[in-house]
Amino acid sequence: MSPLDLLVVAPLVFMVLSLLAGGWQRSLLALAIATMAALSVWLMTLDPGTAHVVGGWELPLGVLLRADGLAQMLVPAVTLTAGLTGLYALHQFAPESHASNAQTAAFWPLYYLMWSAANAAFLTTDLFNLYVTLEMASIAAVAMAAMGSVRAALRYLLIALLGSIFYLLGVALILSRYGTVDVTLLAGMAEADFATALALALMTGGLLVKAALFPLHGWLPPAHAAAPAPASALLSGLVVKIGFVITVRLWFEGLAAAATPAGLHVLGGIGALAILFGSLQAIRQESLKALVAYSTVAQIGYLFLAFPLIAGAGHAWAGLSFHAVAHMIAKAAMFLAAGLMLKAAAGPRIADLAGLARAMPLTVTAFGLAAVSLMGLPPSGGFSAKFLLVDAALRQGQAIHAAVMLIGGLLAAVYLFRPLAVAFSGSETPAVPAKAPSMVAAPLALALAALLLGFAGGPLAELATGGAPATVAQEPPPSLENTVKTASEDAQ
Amino acid sequence: MSLVFDLVLCLMILGTAAASLLMRSALGGIVFFIAFGNLLGIAWLSLGAVNVALAEIAIGAGVTGILLILAHARLSAMGDPVECEPTSPWMRAAVAVICGGLIVLLSVAVLSISPTDRMGAQIATLMPALGIENPVTGVLLAFRAYDTLLETFVLLGALVAVWAIAPPGGWPQRPASLAIATPVSLTVIGTFSRVLLPASLVMAAYLVWTGSDLPGGAFQGGTVLAGGILVAALGGAIALPRADDMRLRSVLVLGPAMFLGIGLGGIALGRFLSYPVGLEKALIVAIEYALALSIGATLALLVAGKPVPPAAVQEGGD
Repeated sequence: MSPLDLLVVAPLVFMVLSLLAGGWQRSLLALAIATMAALSVWLMTLDPGTAHVVGGWELPLGVLLRADGLAQMLVPAVTLTAGLTGLYALHQFAPESHASNAQTAAFWPLYYLMWSAANAAFLTTDLFNLYVTLEMASIAAVAMAAMGSVRAALRYLLIALLGSIFYLLGVALILSRYGTVDVTLLAGMAEADFATALALALMTGGLLVKAALFPLHGWLPPAHAAAPAPASALLSGLVVKIGFVITVRLWFEGLAAAATPAGLHVLGGIGALAILFGSLQAIRQESLKALVAYSTVAQIGYLFLAFPLIAGAGHAWAGLSFHAVAHMIAKAAMFLAAGLMLKAAAGPRIADLAGLARAMPLTVTAFGLAAVSLMGLPPSGGFSAKFLLVDAALRQGQAIHAAVMLIGGLLAAVYLFRPLAVAFSGSETPAVPAKAPSMVAAPLALALAALLLGFAGGPLAELATGGAPATVAQEPPPSLENTVKTASEDAQ
Repeated sequence: MSLVFDLVLCLMILGTAAASLLMRSALGGIVFFIAFGNLLGIAWLSLGAVNVALAEIAIGAGVTGILLILAHARLSAMGDPVECEPTSPWMRAAVAVICGGLIVLLSVAVLSISPTDRMGAQIATLMPALGIENPVTGVLLAFRAYDTLLETFVLLGALVAVWAIAPPGGWPQRPASLAIATPVSLTVIGTFSRVLLPASLVMAAYLVWTGSDLPGGAFQGGTVLAGGILVAALGGAIALPRADDMRLRSVLVLGPAMFLGIGLGGIALGRFLSYPVGLEKALIVAIEYALALSIGATLALLVAGKPVPPAAVQEGGD
């Protein structure tokens, strides 16, 4: 028995059950959260690099599942994010209405499908299997986006399909060139020839669409902004990370031989543009959810800005893994909090939020704590991530990269303070309908988790470096506690 | 002879592809697209990939064709002329340059590769232990069963995605009726549909069974079944079920659930998705039959579309 396959299979079992027992979603969700939490703990206790083939069919034919540091961080984060988002969704998609409401009936099977897809994508090293996980995630994501706007979802679907085709084309080239699609085998075989380079370019292009990296991000803001809050949380938290993780597997492990420094710098440059463009767009938005969606465009930029830093001095790999986790949790918290605030507010615009801080203090606190992590203020997880990345950039003499990250943090402060300032403004307390405790607790718990992540910086950075690919600079794990302390003292 | 055949086939594929792209009338484009799918299937046949040919003709041409024609009919019924807006010449030129460039790059890459078949030998040594002869089934249901398992859930998820966009009042009703004409019993398709449904059941069962040793299998069988269901629905011989019908739900999840269950059973023997020695063929065939039923039902409902309010059921057809 192994948690590696069970983490993928268990949500599928719940998907089947949710289709058969629509009225039992509450019990199913409780059972699913307990199961997935136990499996995640089991996963974290495995030695980094633990791997086995599915069904005992050996490579190059079979499919290898592996728990490397990145997966051991991301999968538990998925459990936390999906689990708490599920608790919130129990109210938005109340199981009692499954017989009369199509969205309620459809949400739960799709929710489990997406959960399974995210775990499957983070745990497999097989490029074709990754294609299947991309399809699982895309189907669920498009359907969830369609619950808000069918138009945005159709656009998303067409673009996601285009991304899939390019990715699959690259996989086909790799298969005929090397006779295997397993990343761990390719790591030892890949050469920097034309076919490999083209395959890498095609796959990366397809994946950047899925990860919504600027300038291929166009589908994301309308889809993420229109979807119901729990769907937005999953779309921004989980789904975009899948494309990112596959890109990482290609560039730093499987096809690292064809990943030239120039290519890494191009990706890093695009990442920098994404940070600036996404942040500036977020500043311009009038609607709260559009602001949060553009913030995702900006935060995805950090993930790619780190690419040229990975092989050099410092701990960019740990920073990268950390940022993926911190953004997943903080962004989910923010979308859930925004969903509650918008339900209480008079309209979708930021100006409509006036006075909400007094009417729903816990929810606005959750929004604020999530904002702290997204801006990268200590002691949050976002701070640890950005600290490691900026530190690596400075050690490598990449002042521009460091500057872009710091400017991105400032811009994030500008766009995230705006809704908070409005929420605290005014002197009246708008009357808002009471919310179920778990609906208020979910974003708060996620935001607190994003904040507390910063305190676990050292062990987590160590975990991330465990089983990291050979292309990653091997240095002793950073001791974040000290750096955090110094930074907070500096701040005072 | 064979070279001439291949050349003519290639020209026809390119010709039908171009025609379906350049047609102003959407219906004309659809017709050429179906022809294109069938020709592509023949091309796979001449390459010796019979399984791919079956899938291409059944799904690429057959099911997709019905889907497009239905979409056309429904759009026309809504008063949409269903014609392409004229594309600007610049747009055309840009697309041509991008696609042409990609084709050149891909051709150079493909020609630079000397194909390696590392998996072929491995498959050949593993096949005898499975007790089946068709290596494609071996790959789909044993060596890469994990991929196939996840793909069956993609298909199931696609149907749930269609449900998610049911209009208000439409949930959990039936999809819009596909029946073409009334009174049903008098029309050719009415009679035809009654004959074709049982025939498609038999053919699906045969395709799944033969899939163990010869080309065929759950996906091909399921598609034939879906075709039979759709023709029967077009002829008015059957009505499609409500989305909350528990019998329907059971059929939809039967294949994926059985696959999961047998996979989880493997854990008792040590590994998820490992088959006990001696029972490989029996379990593979059992999974395939269950999958074929689920795939058939799912594909048919995917084509039929989202549930609609009862009043719209009768008007949905044309």
